[in-house]
Amino acid sequence: MTHLKELEAESIYILREVAAQFERPALLFSGGKDSIVMAYLAWKAFYPAAIPFPFVHIDTGHNFEETLTYRDELVQKLGARLIVGSVEESIREGRVVEEKGYSASRNKLQTVTLLDTLARHKFDAALGGARRDEEKARAKERVFSHRDEFGQWDPKNQRPELWNIFNGKKQPGEHFRVFPISNWTEMDIWQYILQENIPLPSLYYTHEREVFERDGMLYAALPAIPRRPEEVPFVEKVRCRTIGDITCTGLTLSTADSLEEIITEIAGSRVTERGGRADDKRSEAAMEDRKKAGYF
Amino acid sequence: MSTQLNGYLNMELLRFTTAGSVDDGKSTLIGRLLYDSKSIFEDQLQAVKEASERLGGDEVNLALLTDGLRAEREQGITIDVAYRYFATPNRKFIIADTPGHIEYTRNMVTGASTADVAIILIDARNGIVEQTRRHAYIASLLQLPHVILAINKMDLVDFSEEVYTTIRTEFESIAAQLRLGTTYFLPISARDGDNVVDASTRTPWYTGPTLLQLLETIPVHNSLDDLPARFPVQYIIRPHRSEFHDYRGYAGRVAGGCFKVGDAVTILPSRTRSVITAIDAGTVSLQEAATPQSVTLRLAHNVDISRGDMIVRTDDTPPTLSAQVTLMVCWLNHQPLRTGGRYIVRHTSDETVAIIQKVHYKIDIQTLGQLSGEVRVDMNDIACIRIKTLRPLKFDSYSTNRISGSLVLIDENTFETVGAGMIVTDLEDENFSI
Repeated sequence: MTHLKELEAESIYILREVAAQFERPALLFSGGKDSIVMAYLAWKAFYPAAIPFPFVHIDTGHNFEETLTYRDELVQKLGARLIVGSVEESIREGRVVEEKGYSASRNKLQTVTLLDTLARHKFDAALGGARRDEEKARAKERVFSHRDEFGQWDPKNQRPELWNIFNGKKQPGEHFRVFPISNWTEMDIWQYILQENIPLPSLYYTHEREVFERDGMLYAALPAIPRRPEEVPFVEKVRCRTIGDITCTGLTLSTADSLEEIITEIAGSRVTERGGRADDKRSEAAMEDRKKAGYF
Repeated sequence: MSTQLNGYLNMELLRFTTAGSVDDGKSTLIGRLLYDSKSIFEDQLQAVKEASERLGGDEVNLALLTDGLRAEREQGITIDVAYRYFATPNRKFIIADTPGHIEYTRNMVTGASTADVAIILIDARNGIVEQTRRHAYIASLLQLPHVILAINKMDLVDFSEEVYTTIRTEFESIAAQLRLGTTYFLPISARDGDNVVDASTRTPWYTGPTLLQLLETIPVHNSLDDLPARFPVQYIIRPHRSEFHDYRGYAGRVAGGCFKVGDAVTILPSRTRSVITAIDAGTVSLQEAATPQSVTLRLAHNVDISRGDMIVRTDDTPPTLSAQVTLMVCWLNHQPLRTGGRYIVRHTSDETVAIIQKVHYKIDIQTLGQLSGEVRVDMNDIACIRIKTLRPLKFDSYSTNRISGSLVLIDENTFETVGAGMIVTDLEDENFSI
């Protein structure tokens, strides 16, 4: 059995456990390649029945247009139901206050929108496309990750997870985050996309775009990121290695226009994909802190 | 497609766990494997360099690559099981990295539960210590097919063959006593990299493989297909759509052996019989499914099957169907085991309630002998117990099948996972200890 077949079998097993153990699960869909693979695995896990849970997208209002178009097409193709939680609405309702300044990001704000959306729909399990190879805090998180009634993660008090037995039992008000692709690496994801011929948003392939440079990274020159006077935009051939919202997605100089070329490029890369994420650069323990607060 | 891409699509997966006492150099070894196999990216290395300087070290501390959480970096400890990933052109590896300090039993049991290989690390200067015997015992209890004894810090004993041979001979007798899986021995220096990825020039007397060569060639899942076929039913698939009006599929993951279309099967616990008419995986139909594939089975007859039932091949040795179960349990919770207490049992996809009837004995973790009588089973203790379940379980012994032979106990009030159980079915297994 190849490693991709084995990873696929494990993820499908986890997705079916979620459908069996929880009353109201939801799949967190971001439009990035990891959540696309997770959505595809969910479709495979229950075929020919429909995916027995809705997709939830937390929209910061700063998304690439391509992401939203792709999201709507995929939801239709897989016959899934989509629920959108809007950060802009949370701002309007006064639940959160927008950050100010040039490096303002809605990344932190979306935690509140996420928790509000989960509570409003009484979801008891939220499937996320996080991988343990992405980041140090994630390497320590369980597949079935328990959250208290405030949605928080307590890294020192996690339930032991043995063999492939997952314990999703919870008190009223508590919920779980479940990560079916925990054991996949970035390379596994790309190989699987190639093997299964999964279509991706065009942002992942090379395209010409107006960009500007900040702290050694390239960002899209779009209204969502206010630019300093010296940050003059210029045109480059770029692609996304990961997709978050516009404000935290670094672009890579690349001419790769096929999956084969992308895989070759990643195999030769000397920087992690989260090296391109502005949200992780804020401090060494940025992800740990956001996870404890209830982030994805 | 290029040959390189073809290679990427055809790798095998090997899961291993690491065990060692504090200061045996375990984090350094993992850091070394990741670093020398070029699995470390520049931004990760930069972060470690900066952290090494901040903590006042004069060289890059590879151990920092695996320290995850802020609390751990500040206190210089490892809290819990962490999972690491790296790949070579032939294999992808998943490391369950478990800390060596106080809660080591619980953590090592957790890490070992999904592993094919255990690497037990020892300090060549200290030789085999109590902790080594415990790690070997846990590897044996969890039935890991392969154990690698990595004799580290060889640089501090002048790469002495005599030191290596003495340790090796002593461990071979422990391995025989514990009926340990296939055992391998390696003289290494994790700090300098000797025999980790590259062969050392400082151990001319050692002609075996390096650690990475060994990890790349150890066989994976070699015997699972020969086991009696087991299929715990996870979920029933009923499309409720006109084009699949009569579709009724039983979704699950093969937990032993192999199922083929046309196989006669028995459904447990009802003992109803039927025949497999189709094996589906997404939109594809298969002729057979082996361990550990996730598939959907369809049967010839409309039988009443629900989650928790088990489909087995009628021609194979059946699993034991019983409400009395004897098991070796590793206790995982601060609340001690309550004899006579009720717990929730999760076994494959099945769930029921059980009462702990009796603690036969507990393992003295110092001597690995048995302590019987009125014993208290606390966190990190390993004990042999008997439980009575509300409904019978369908199980194999853990030594035959790690999936259908394992279960967890869950506290009825807190819902925490409190015990990890390995089912024993014969007396020889039950007396299993030194």
